[in-house]
Amino acid sequence: MTSTIDAKSDDRQPKPGETIELYTDPAKPPVGLRHRARWTPLKIVLWVAIALIGGFGWFMIAIVRGDEVNSVWFVAASVGTFLIGYRFYSKFIERKLLKPDDRRATPAEILNNGRDFEPTDRRVLFGHHFAAIAGAGPLIGPVLAAQMGYLPGTMWIIFGVIIAGAVQDYLVLFFSMRRRGRSLGQMAKDELGRFGGVAALVATLLIMSIILAVLALIVVNALAESPWGVFSIAMTIPIALFMGVYLRYLRPGRISEVSVIGVALLLLAIIAGGWVAETSWGVEIFTLDKVALAWALIIYGFVASVLPVWLLLAPRDYLSTFMKIGTIILLAIGIIIVQPVVQMPAITEFALNGQGPVFAGSLFPFLFITIACGALSGFHSLIASGTTPKLIEKESQTRAIGYGGMLIESFVAIMALVAAITLDRGLYFAMNASAALTGGTPEGAAEFISGLGPLGGTGMTAAEIAQAARDVGEASLVSRTGGAPTLAVGIANILGEVWQGSDLRAFWYHFGIMFEALFILTTVDAGTRVARFMLSDTLGNVSQKFRDPSWRIGAWISSIIVVAAWGSILLMGVTDPLGGINTLFPLFGIANQLLAAIALAICVAIVCKKGLVKWAWIPGIPLALDAVVTLTASFQKIFSPIPGLGFWAQNATYRAALDNGETSLGPAQTVEAMNAVVRNTAIQGTLSIIFAVLVVIVIVVAIRVSIRAVRAGGEVSTETDIVPSGLYAPSSLLATREEKAVQKRWEAEVT
Amino acid sequence: MTALILRAAKGVRWYVRELMGDSRYERYVAHLSATHPGATVPTEREFWRERHAIEERNPTSRCC
Repeated sequence: MTSTIDAKSDDRQPKPGETIELYTDPAKPPVGLRHRARWTPLKIVLWVAIALIGGFGWFMIAIVRGDEVNSVWFVAASVGTFLIGYRFYSKFIERKLLKPDDRRATPAEILNNGRDFEPTDRRVLFGHHFAAIAGAGPLIGPVLAAQMGYLPGTMWIIFGVIIAGAVQDYLVLFFSMRRRGRSLGQMAKDELGRFGGVAALVATLLIMSIILAVLALIVVNALAESPWGVFSIAMTIPIALFMGVYLRYLRPGRISEVSVIGVALLLLAIIAGGWVAETSWGVEIFTLDKVALAWALIIYGFVASVLPVWLLLAPRDYLSTFMKIGTIILLAIGIIIVQPVVQMPAITEFALNGQGPVFAGSLFPFLFITIACGALSGFHSLIASGTTPKLIEKESQTRAIGYGGMLIESFVAIMALVAAITLDRGLYFAMNASAALTGGTPEGAAEFISGLGPLGGTGMTAAEIAQAARDVGEASLVSRTGGAPTLAVGIANILGEVWQGSDLRAFWYHFGIMFEALFILTTVDAGTRVARFMLSDTLGNVSQKFRDPSWRIGAWISSIIVVAAWGSILLMGVTDPLGGINTLFPLFGIANQLLAAIALAICVAIVCKKGLVKWAWIPGIPLALDAVVTLTASFQKIFSPIPGLGFWAQNATYRAALDNGETSLGPAQTVEAMNAVVRNTAIQGTLSIIFAVLVVIVIVVAIRVSIRAVRAGGEVSTETDIVPSGLYAPSSLLATREEKAVQKRWEAEVT
Repeated sequence: MTALILRAAKGVRWYVRELMGDSRYERYVAHLSATHPGATVPTEREFWRERHAIEERNPTSRCC
């Protein structure tokens, strides 16, 4: 059954089995279809089957458990649940709350300039959006959270993304698209007023600094004392420079071609790293300690952010995109072929007692903090506003790109979790406990593992731990914290088994490190640039000159400030006597989740202003959940009397010890180290307070704005005016029969 | 069968070129001739120079 409505008609929703054609010009084919599927027996069977597969997956991992859970059940549970969430919940949000209208032209159509505004094929844009949102975050968080067992992490990733993460991405993308692609900061100012807007801007800048610092810290921890890793990552710089020059002067526009050359050189660099690490000069030159590496990264971050885009950032981006998509597909196939068996218990004691060696704090709230990307990532709201909405062809495509893109990232997080929980438990804890606990030696690590009791698994001897390191071509795997090395060992085990017969684990390990370091470095470069622009814009209030992007000195000053901000946190992390990543990663998670709180608060305000308060719970529930989690975590980090958890408690303990004239306490063996603990905890504690206060401000302002809007019965929309659309494109990633028919009519129209 | 493989290969080629940006210049030229007929068309080299200059002024973040 087909009926039609034109531009003036209401937004009537179709009945089951009905397709409404949307017209803006009666002389032309429809610019959109509104279709509601009818439940045919075949479809019912299909969805029952999907539900059964997902349900059976959950049954196996959550209820049967047992000692030998096959990792394929994780794939079943996640894919089944994602499909149901996408088909039913995102459709529900579309129908009730957002009501996309394909008669309205998108910013890409209205402002099409062939550059930043350009209607882009939905499948291509899906790839771009995914490549921009998925980075190291979804790979690292689940690995660290594995200390609490596999079940809490799996549940949070899968259910969290459906009710929170994907909802945030979808709503922000949609609202930004309705506002000509305005950025999150601009929307904050428009919706929350000047005060709320400034708070959101300051929070965003601070949050970016901590995120960049922690990402850099992960790279430092992965490369420290690893000549193989340092050599191959260092080689990415000349490779990228070569690609940049090739594209600029030799063959402009041949991006796939140069990327294939670049990836081949990258693989060569990984192999060559193995040769270099076996020579004495290679070991001498490329073995760097953490402090030296941190300085190298700080200098790199500054230089990269002031170099021309075409020389380093753009080619690195091409390499990242290639490696990212390639490796993820490879890993998914690897897991399905190898079907590794899970080693970690479903829930460990650390989930309850909060004394885990990887990070302190119990399941609530710290699981939800540690796994941010993959379940709910505030950083996505910066991409879902600004870049992607300027490229969307049709309003109805936002569901596949915003909600669907995030589901794929969540799947990546599940794969990272699988890679970590299929490792030997003893090895997992030996790698992820800080050197303060393991002493940094295989002997100390073996002792630490046996001290874990049954959780340590069958236990590992010092010789076995040392052998595990040799298997992947590293000098040591003890206390290689930060998640990246653990994931790389997991990848090496899975992919190493796909190609049986020859031992490629050392290659795959360094491939895994390269894969993560590559896009962390891209993020550090791009993030420094973005933060620099935000800062320049803010400094522009003081001196107009900063607003001029071609004023190089201004760009340099802003860059130095930004790099100094994250660089100092990085240095603090690498020199921290208590371990660094275990204190900074929770701060990273809190920062990221607080950004999500800001984004969701803006969404709630927009929904209330639109007069749709009935559906305000759609962003409201994730906002409440997120606010409770992050503010509880911040509260514990600030006020907890337990020194391992509370920054100020730790601070007080060390100050008291210094006052008593003690010269060592816990892992801090000198007065200098003790002073470092006092300083670091003070900085971390202050940051926690600032984050929490800023976010409370933003949420309170958003609630006030919302209440005012609800009382007034809605407010004037900040959406841009309606312009009738003159083009058609399918909404689903794979065009349906009806959609293909309309495409044919448009093709006939043009010729 | 061969037709099917050929179509699939064509699809993959199209997707990679679009995703990585190889076809960006062609699209721009098409856009220019459709909206501003008669405007001077930049060479591919000039187009990419300008493109990077724009990226320089409008940095976009990648996620963590």
